[in-house]
Amino acid sequence: MSQTLEKKPAPSRDAMPLSGPRMPGSAPYLVAAAALAVGVGLGMILGGGLIAMAILAGLTFIVGITVWAWALEGRRSGVDRLVMSVVWAAFAVALVPLASLVWTVLSNGIPALSAEFFTYSMRGVIGDEPGGIYHALIGTLLITLGATVISVPVGIMTAIYIVEYGRTARLAKAITFLVDVMTGIPSIVAGLFAYALFVLIFGPGVRLGFGGSVALSLLMIPVVVRATEEMLKLVPDELREASYALGVPKWRTIVKVVLPTSLSGILTGVTLAIARVIGETAPLLIIAGSTDSVNFNLFADRMQTLPVFIYYAYTQPGVPPDPSIERAWGAALVLIAIVMLLNLLARVVGKVFAPKTGR
Amino acid sequence: MAKSIDVSDLNIYYGDFLAVQGVNMTIKARSVTAFIGPSGCGKSTFLRSLNRMHEVIPGARVEGKVVVDGQSLYDPSIDPVAVRRQIGMVFQRPNPFPTMSIYDNVLAGNRLNSRRMKKSEADSIVERSLKGANLWNEVKDRLNKPGMGLSGGQQQRLCIARAIAVEPQVLLMDEPCSALDPISTSAIEDLIHELKSDYTIVIVTHNMQQAARVSDETGFFNLKATGQPGQLVEFNPTKKVFSNPDEPATEAYISGRFG
Ligand SMILES: Nc1ncnc2c1ncn2[C@@H]1O[C@H](COP(=O)(O)OP(=O)(O)OP(=O)(O)O)[C@@H](O)[C@H]1O
Ligand SMILES: [Mg+2]
Repeated sequence: MSQTLEKKPAPSRDAMPLSGPRMPGSAPYLVAAAALAVGVGLGMILGGGLIAMAILAGLTFIVGITVWAWALEGRRSGVDRLVMSVVWAAFAVALVPLASLVWTVLSNGIPALSAEFFTYSMRGVIGDEPGGIYHALIGTLLITLGATVISVPVGIMTAIYIVEYGRTARLAKAITFLVDVMTGIPSIVAGLFAYALFVLIFGPGVRLGFGGSVALSLLMIPVVVRATEEMLKLVPDELREASYALGVPKWRTIVKVVLPTSLSGILTGVTLAIARVIGETAPLLIIAGSTDSVNFNLFADRMQTLPVFIYYAYTQPGVPPDPSIERAWGAALVLIAIVMLLNLLARVVGKVFAPKTGR
Repeated sequence: MAKSIDVSDLNIYYGDFLAVQGVNMTIKARSVTAFIGPSGCGKSTFLRSLNRMHEVIPGARVEGKVVVDGQSLYDPSIDPVAVRRQIGMVFQRPNPFPTMSIYDNVLAGNRLNSRRMKKSEADSIVERSLKGANLWNEVKDRLNKPGMGLSGGQQQRLCIARAIAVEPQVLLMDEPCSALDPISTSAIEDLIHELKSDYTIVIVTHNMQQAARVSDETGFFNLKATGQPGQLVEFNPTKKVFSNPDEPATEAYISGRFG
């Protein structure tokens, strides 16, 4: 170390320039204001719409702040500002559809919400008589619950096999591959599979909610397996060894050490898997069918679900169409709210069950 | 109660890699046996083969015999879980269970095996084990806090407490004091002295003074040459190893003229 220092005493070692011209902290805001003005101005002059103005303003901002930083602070800072503003722009672009979607659903859906909307089914509802999504809500919750009851044990145990028992086995590799393939199954195929399965048992034309659960579980299992697998892999081998060294058998080690340690991640994965399938339409259209009445029995008769309800209420609104279309938007809002609640729940669950490290 | 261990012609592999070759030794019951040797020579590997922890690593295997109390550990009729209940282990790196409190960590060996016990019995096991590991005074007011919230050295002592809580016949300790201050180290050494009366203890250490202080017999491990498997160079009473070793290599290592 000292040798290299002695060998080439750089001439600039005496000077230690740490200061130089710096942009003010408010630079991005100033540039943003200017860019906005340029965008709106040019847009008006050239006669472009709102979108054109936004694009112009964005480009002006990127160029403006990059040039300023480059000229004032140098190359590194210029590139830094460039990359940062591009990242921000990409983020804004990604946000646009989401914001627009949320806005559309909120503005169209909120007028539909009322006490009747949540407590009435559509049985015998004609025109603008009060009707609701109670039957679809019940159907969606029951069918998704059924799918969860099937998928969670199968998925978690598959993951346990892959990670804990099959480490180097061919079978585990094959299963992992098949699970990956399963992730890509189109949902309509899952629906057809469930339909074909129940036709074999009950004959053609069968409709039942449980068939929907089976179809959805086909889509859910690979997600649960993947999520659980990743979580189990994160558990350090040292913990397993600590348990083995205390004379704890392997299965108990898995149940009492490995699973609790990864519980929060697994629960998060499961919740996200539910959120993933709760909005599925195609398979339910085929096997669960559509109905206007409430059905609490998963194992007999048609069952309405929110996505299918939205589909029919919008495509076949009847006369007059407006109340039905409004109900479709309302149902869409409820569905999005459920998914969002599930996501929030996943976060809370993840926090609550995470291993405690603090004091 | 305590058991002696006879090792004959033991070869230990990781897959195709022969890590330790041709070990023969007899570890006496109710005594402390220390293993010394340079890093990477296979001390941990050998230690783990004494309670069948080695095979937990995928592809790892063992050739040769380890006989405890007349039973050959690697015999097909032997249940590795039963072996590990009798031969406990403290690992080189502390590994408390992150989901458990300090209290539950100490009781893990009993709880995970679903041994039923009264609250008072559990309390006394926890207190005795933590006192043995010189941790009681530091944690007695926060037994229900997570074990991961302790410092590295405290975690190591927690793992020692956890290992002695199940009262094994043999206790294998892999550098138990490497993360500890001199006070805790001397407490652990006192504990080893105490346990010696009814446990068989095997300890790996890089601290020559510690080996000299606590052990009755010492084994010196070394690599045959770089890239070659590790082997047991010398195994003798500690007094002899540190005053008048048979092998010049041992003398060189102990006196610091190594390599
Ligand atoms: N899990 C493993 N897979 C493959 N090789 C391993 C594994 N663990 C250890 N080894 C190899 O086995 C040899 C012995 O390692 P070991 O951990 O027993 O050394 P050690 O004597 O305990 O060293 P230290 O004093 O540093 O703890 C080393 O060459 C090491 O690279
Ligand atoms: Mg080691």
